[in-house]
Amino acid sequence: MRTQGLGFARGRRYNSPRTPRGLAPGGHLLFSPCCLEDVLVLSRFRRATVATEDQEKLDQSLEKTRRGVLGRIGALFQGNEIEDDLWEGLEEALIMGDVGVETSLKLVEATRTRVRTQGVKRVSDAYQILKEEMVRILRGDAPPFDLDNRHRLLNIGLIVGVNGSGKTTSIGKLAHYYRRQGRRVTIAAGDTFRAAAIDQLKIWGQRAGVSVIAHAPGADPGAVVYDAIRASQESRDADILLIDTAGRLHTNFNLMKEMEKIRNVAQRQVHKAPHEVLLVLDATTGQNAITQAQKFGASVSVSGVILTKLDSTAKGGVVLAIADQLGVPVRFVGTGEKITDLAEFDPWVFVDALLDANA
Amino acid sequence: MFESLSDKLQSVFDTLGRRGRLTEADVDKALREVRLALLEADVNFKVVKEFVARVRERAIGADVLRSLTPAQQVIKIVNEELIATLGESARLDLSGPPPNVIMLVGLQGSGKTTMAAKLANRLRSSGQRPLLVAADTYRPAAVTQLEVLGRQIDIPVHSEGVTPPPPEIVGRGLRRAREEARTIVILDTAGRLTIDPQMMAELVAIKALAKPREILLVADAMTGQEAVRVAQDFHQQVGLTGLVLTKIDGDARGGAAISMRAVTGVPIKFLGTSEKIDGIEVFHPDRLSSRILGMGDMLTMIEKAEAVMDQEETARMEKKLRAASFDLDDFLKQTRQIKKMGSISSLLEMIPGIGQAAKSLDPVAVDKQMRRLEAIISSMTMQERRSPNLLNGSRKRRVAAGSGTSVQEVNALLSQFRQMQRTMKQLQSGRRGGGGLGKLFGL
Repeated sequence: MRTQGLGFARGRRYNSPRTPRGLAPGGHLLFSPCCLEDVLVLSRFRRATVATEDQEKLDQSLEKTRRGVLGRIGALFQGNEIEDDLWEGLEEALIMGDVGVETSLKLVEATRTRVRTQGVKRVSDAYQILKEEMVRILRGDAPPFDLDNRHRLLNIGLIVGVNGSGKTTSIGKLAHYYRRQGRRVTIAAGDTFRAAAIDQLKIWGQRAGVSVIAHAPGADPGAVVYDAIRASQESRDADILLIDTAGRLHTNFNLMKEMEKIRNVAQRQVHKAPHEVLLVLDATTGQNAITQAQKFGASVSVSGVILTKLDSTAKGGVVLAIADQLGVPVRFVGTGEKITDLAEFDPWVFVDALLDANA
Repeated sequence: MFESLSDKLQSVFDTLGRRGRLTEADVDKALREVRLALLEADVNFKVVKEFVARVRERAIGADVLRSLTPAQQVIKIVNEELIATLGESARLDLSGPPPNVIMLVGLQGSGKTTMAAKLANRLRSSGQRPLLVAADTYRPAAVTQLEVLGRQIDIPVHSEGVTPPPPEIVGRGLRRAREEARTIVILDTAGRLTIDPQMMAELVAIKALAKPREILLVADAMTGQEAVRVAQDFHQQVGLTGLVLTKIDGDARGGAAISMRAVTGVPIKFLGTSEKIDGIEVFHPDRLSSRILGMGDMLTMIEKAEAVMDQEETARMEKKLRAASFDLDDFLKQTRQIKKMGSISSLLEMIPGIGQAAKSLDPVAVDKQMRRLEAIISSMTMQERRSPNLLNGSRKRRVAAGSGTSVQEVNALLSQFRQMQRTMKQLQSGRRGGGGLGKLFGL
């Protein structure tokens, strides 16, 4: 099954200037040249306007959420007096935003207590307190993000999650994000199970302009990772390696073991690797996300969350519950389908956008 | 994380501790727990409110049946209402002139492409001639994924790459289906992140063209409160005929199913249960209800057992059990059959009442223990397996060495086995026969 040598040759040719971009190994047209041009032009254009655009993007994508259920919280706080109705409405709105019963009650209680003890009278002040409480939970006391350490020769990020959460897409965006910062990125195609997963990753790799180290479908992901680390250290001279993994439900014992093996392979090759283990979470997921974070955490110690598909009406409120109950912070949010649609997570922006009807 | 609703209700009523008629106070206290359990299972807030109101109406003043405790009485009502809300299991409507078109719609990552292949495979085994059409031109490699899946199950896939507009692909797909005398056409459409107007317009165009008999919304069982909006939007704009719930093999309670069913009124038709091609099940409301309430899923387990157990072998085994001539070789065979059903802990979780106990079991230890038993028995001669009394000190040492264990472990296995034999003899003389569980575990 192992086609180690082939994988290398492929990867190298893939990125060589002599092979026109948009051509897969063997010369298959991966996507039409016009589309490719669009991508290149867009990425050049975006590089210049990146800072403001991230903010705008997140604002835009949360706009719908804001107008949705959670937006009602902003409206709730438009009244003049703090009444019991306010708290009940608040609790309901938080639950409707997938924050979960336990964390919702806790948030309402904390806000209520502070409103009482500080003698707050104005509704807008109570609103501010609620936001502070939400940010406090989201910020937690997690160590700083550690995937872009410039003093380290090779930073390794392991990307995990259940099926269909958006791992491959997130990796493409992350690769692009670091490329933009002038980092040298490689990707390991560790999803050797799902049909066409490797093809999908290669298309993303090409869009981001980074090389993808892959074996044949069905190969041992541990072996792919081993080769990817070697290639990153040697021929590719990369300083960030992103490892894609197959989607797996956290209830599948054997697949969780396989994921641990991937982690161990990285650990043996590089000191303290993987430096970040990111759980990719679909913003439409409900309370099961907590169990996911728990089980993945127990298996490979998840250090952060990438919240995806936030551009739909989905609220992603469950990350509050995850931060509250498990102390795992959100690191990035995926805000759209384009390669640039990835933003660093900022709790204030998130909470503001989530609640502020008048932002 | 989740304590089962039945346990919670039991403790509520333990404090009340009396029988007779359900009073308003009893019911309200119990319904608080019901409400929480449903919210934790991701049932939509509004749907929960309506549901609880319905249960309240039925429960207050209801007589507690003599055989039930008040907690069980409330559970019974909740369970019945849940089943009613989830609706009947419904079959696919394939009564039109062939080819009948089945259109799959849904958000990104819900599992449409995989479900398309599973459905095609299932329909073929019931005598249909399906054609898959790859109309998702947006997600990178989605077309390739369907082609690969089609090849794996040997079902033709109509694909035209990613350049033509999806409705045109569908049109040509249909023509091809008629030319090749296909009886079923399954359309894999693009999922989007947002429910955006452009996507809906495309789906409506495809619908107008293909006139599908069935439009199935494929949704992730792990979806949260959002499920209602997704289902509503799709139903209003495209008009659904059924729901398919995927990734049900995870530990999500699947409350989204209730929400979606409640707001659309269309039946849930299938469940997606694994990544494998045969991971598709017909929906049974009673089972999902049990799952949402945390009452275990005995029926699924029994079915699973039946699927992997060799019928003849089981019959032979049962005979042996009755004659109490069950030997170590039978024990080994049975252990192997159980292993085929999946990990021990996942099996235990399906048994009502021991869901929690199963979570505290270390699956590694259990599986390791099973492997050791297997090794010990495999190191015995056939004669020894048939009559374990042959095993003297020297033979035991040989078996221990051969299996990499110790004589103590061999002894432990033997005494366990003798105890089992004794129990069986007792069962036999007590005329109680080997029940379902006895058959399953050989205990």
